[in-house]
Amino acid sequence: MSTSVVKKAAGLLEPRDEAQVITAVNDARASGAPLEIAGGSTKRSIGRPMQTAATLTTHRLSGITLYEPSELVIGAKAGTPLKAIEKELAKNRQRLAFEPIDYRKVLGSDGEPTIGAVAAANLSGPRRIYAGAARDALIGVRMVTGRGEAIKSGGRVMKNVTGYDLVKLSAGSWGTLGVLTEVTLKVLPMPETETTLVFEGLGDRQAIACLSAGLGSPFEVAGAAHLPAGIDGTAKTLLRIEGFAEQMTYRSGELKTLLRRHGVPALLAGEASQALWLKVRDAEFFAGEDTALWRVSMMPSRGPEIGAAAASAGGRVFYDWGGGLVWAAMPAGNDAGASALRSAVAGNGHATLIRAPESIRAAVDVFQPEQPAVAALSRAVKDAFDPDHILNPGRMFAGA
Amino acid sequence: MSFIAMPKPDAAIIARRSEIAECLRAIVGDAGLIVSEDERRAYETDALTAYSAIPLAVVLPATTQEVSAVLKYLNEERVPVIARGAGTSLAGGALPSEDAVVLGVSRMSAVLDMNFADRVATVQAGITNIAISQAVAHEQFFYAPDPSSQLACTIGGNIAMNSGGAHCLKYGVTTNNLLGVRMVLMDGTIVDIGGEQLDSGGYDLLGLVCGSEGQFGVVTEAKVRILRQAEGARPVLFGFDSAEDAGACVADILAQGIIPVAIEYMDKPAIKVCEAFAHAGYPLDVEALLIVEVEGSDEEIDAMIARIVEVAEKHGSRTQRVARTEAESLAIWKGRKQAFGAMGRIADYMCMDGTIPTGRLPEVLTKITEICTRHGLGIANIFHAGDGNLHPLILYDINKPGELEKAEQAGAEILKLCVEVGGCLTGEHGVGVEKRDLMLDQFNQADLHQQQRLKTVFDPRWLLNPSKVFPLEGRLSS
Ligand SMILES: Cc1cc2nc3c(=O)[nH]c(=O)nc-3n(C[C@H](O)[C@H](O)[C@H](O)COP(=O)(O)OP(=O)(O)OC[C@H]3O[C@@H](n4cnc5c(N)ncnc54)[C@H](O)[C@@H]3O)c2cc1C
Repeated sequence: MSTSVVKKAAGLLEPRDEAQVITAVNDARASGAPLEIAGGSTKRSIGRPMQTAATLTTHRLSGITLYEPSELVIGAKAGTPLKAIEKELAKNRQRLAFEPIDYRKVLGSDGEPTIGAVAAANLSGPRRIYAGAARDALIGVRMVTGRGEAIKSGGRVMKNVTGYDLVKLSAGSWGTLGVLTEVTLKVLPMPETETTLVFEGLGDRQAIACLSAGLGSPFEVAGAAHLPAGIDGTAKTLLRIEGFAEQMTYRSGELKTLLRRHGVPALLAGEASQALWLKVRDAEFFAGEDTALWRVSMMPSRGPEIGAAAASAGGRVFYDWGGGLVWAAMPAGNDAGASALRSAVAGNGHATLIRAPESIRAAVDVFQPEQPAVAALSRAVKDAFDPDHILNPGRMFAGA
Repeated sequence: MSFIAMPKPDAAIIARRSEIAECLRAIVGDAGLIVSEDERRAYETDALTAYSAIPLAVVLPATTQEVSAVLKYLNEERVPVIARGAGTSLAGGALPSEDAVVLGVSRMSAVLDMNFADRVATVQAGITNIAISQAVAHEQFFYAPDPSSQLACTIGGNIAMNSGGAHCLKYGVTTNNLLGVRMVLMDGTIVDIGGEQLDSGGYDLLGLVCGSEGQFGVVTEAKVRILRQAEGARPVLFGFDSAEDAGACVADILAQGIIPVAIEYMDKPAIKVCEAFAHAGYPLDVEALLIVEVEGSDEEIDAMIARIVEVAEKHGSRTQRVARTEAESLAIWKGRKQAFGAMGRIADYMCMDGTIPTGRLPEVLTKITEICTRHGLGIANIFHAGDGNLHPLILYDINKPGELEKAEQAGAEILKLCVEVGGCLTGEHGVGVEKRDLMLDQFNQADLHQQQRLKTVFDPRWLLNPSKVFPLEGRLSS
């Protein structure tokens, strides 16, 4: 009686609608054969290696289901390419303000990232510090849980506190709680223009102090990164502002005055500024290497400590989010820098292994180990959604 | 009496009042315990005053450790617990029951740390919303979410309800400004969720806890983002001949790429009452009024206001008042800020809180008026127009038999209408008891059961604020 799910090749499930997703999950449950959940498969190598019997891809669940530019909202089926969403938004000079990273460059993957995976991985970019991450823009989800039930949370309006916020929970759950089938996001207007102040030659600590002063100013800094020497030539400390043309002159002038003890910045405008921030967003400086790549998040002023710990273990870093995000490229041997970085984080933040050979991802914790009481809650949350561990089992944490 | 039924209190627990009180006293001492009926009565209701029940006892712990010991004991004894901040919930979120202990966090209200370089403040849960902004004001910082109740309401209550405010169009609501919590689970376990970093390394449990209406644990500390104040802010006021024009103006401002910090809407009845009370100089000959506030330097504000005025004129705005000075700004906000107080003087009111897609605004406003007229009740609308979060105030007279029931009936119809047009039952006040029995209008049983499984994860015995959020019938477990 079950709707048959289109099977292209053995082990590949390509449902075309929610009912087929439910069937696929129920079949997997019945036969005890776990599923890998994928969108465009561009981030497939993030996470612990999994033992799955088949891959369920959402790429046939595609299409924009709702777009109301004047209400700043867009909805789409989960497998809709991110590219298609961005193109549609650009027609109305709008965008996803959280600036989702494109992982293809550092992972060397191809294919098209999908909007469902942008949500499931809680992606963001340099503008995270000003405009939030995918979690903050995501206002509604539909998903099929590991129980084979279709549920929804949130909706299509900006303000909604009706019931628990399963929307936030699904953001960053990496397909381990449910298969997202449709997502609704808040969008924002594209600013007229942008300008980046570039300070040269600062050491890490001074750079973070400079970024911190900028972020603590009223000038709405929407990008604050530091590229130590050797990452992109000489050391560069970047502060981005966005807005109307008349604002740029004023705000860059004020920031220059405020930050004068850090030197005289060069100004990058328009496309040159955009191109540089794309590289920061995508951590492109570490593309094409065989280093292990880590994404470490903690209190911004502690960024340089992480940088120093990485350096003494033979790694290189650059900083985003005013120092609160450290991208660390570590030698891929031994534990790939796990203990060096995690002891520097010291429980006050998290280090996630983004790129490493499978053998390393099997041996070290890819996601930050949690405090026992929190880990117990996380495990129980997983069980509440996916009691048989059918969806991406073990991708985030062993045994969950 | 009112519609919403509460479960029958457990007589066996009530019979054990003095024994339970003594055990609590052993944990928190005399200063932390309230047993006399007179004093307990102060906790019988919140801002949804139509419902009340005197709690079994009130416990006011002074530390996280005490909260932990209290909860552990009450969990073992299977006594329900209602966490309480300032009791300003409009949804009955803090409404007690006769067999429940109220756990108030009012004795924990300190600022523990202010870190301006990292833009984070660590506070205890009982601090008022405004006190956070006041504590960091000397460095020109502030905490962004600003519910109108901010003088009284606590950050613990804000986290439980994921509260919003007038400025959330630009700055987001509580969940977007929260970095971490220290929370005590019902079994006494103390957990730290989140921290000083952005986002979670694992599941976003912080996002889940925010908005869980006091059903997951008692929050004792919070780490919140603090932001630098804008250089300045000024509102501009517009009058329109119709809700359609005002609604179209809002949509067009957003479509132009301008995100003001606030767009507030008032309809004619609201304008009249506010003007009579506050003498803010509002135009009385318009159907709708918008207050649009923008931030920045003086020049930036002028430039943005010029753009907004252009849009408003295109949509037939008749009156315009651009604030040029601090005094003029205050005058424009005066009526809006005193709106609820003004309404309270002419009638009893119920404040609804549904959200709708902003494109449906004019049609929904017409239907809301129809609903209230049909029930013979007055209505005034004051709301956050930029995000479609409506606050229809249903006016009634509590002393007239049957009026409260009529108001509740009208309220339910309005909220169902919000859901029908693609919106939701509550934009910022929470479900509490008020909207509990409407949940199946927005969700189906599978949606609700999945939420309930999470309740069970955090509080397996369903002792924390148990009679709220989910209809009493059809629950998975309790
Ligand atoms: C005049 C007025 C204006 C208002 N304006 C707004 C507004 O603009 N925006 C808005 O969003 N709301 C508004 N509200 C509603 C209300 O102020 C908010 O819901 C507020 O967050 C409640 O905070 P409180 O401290 O009073 O919490 P309470 O009313 O005491 O409790 C509310 C809920 O939080 C739980 N809770 C409280 N403290 C804790 C804790 N430490 N740990 C766990 N759970 C806890 C309670 O169990 C309860 O479920 C308004 C209310 C009034 C009366």
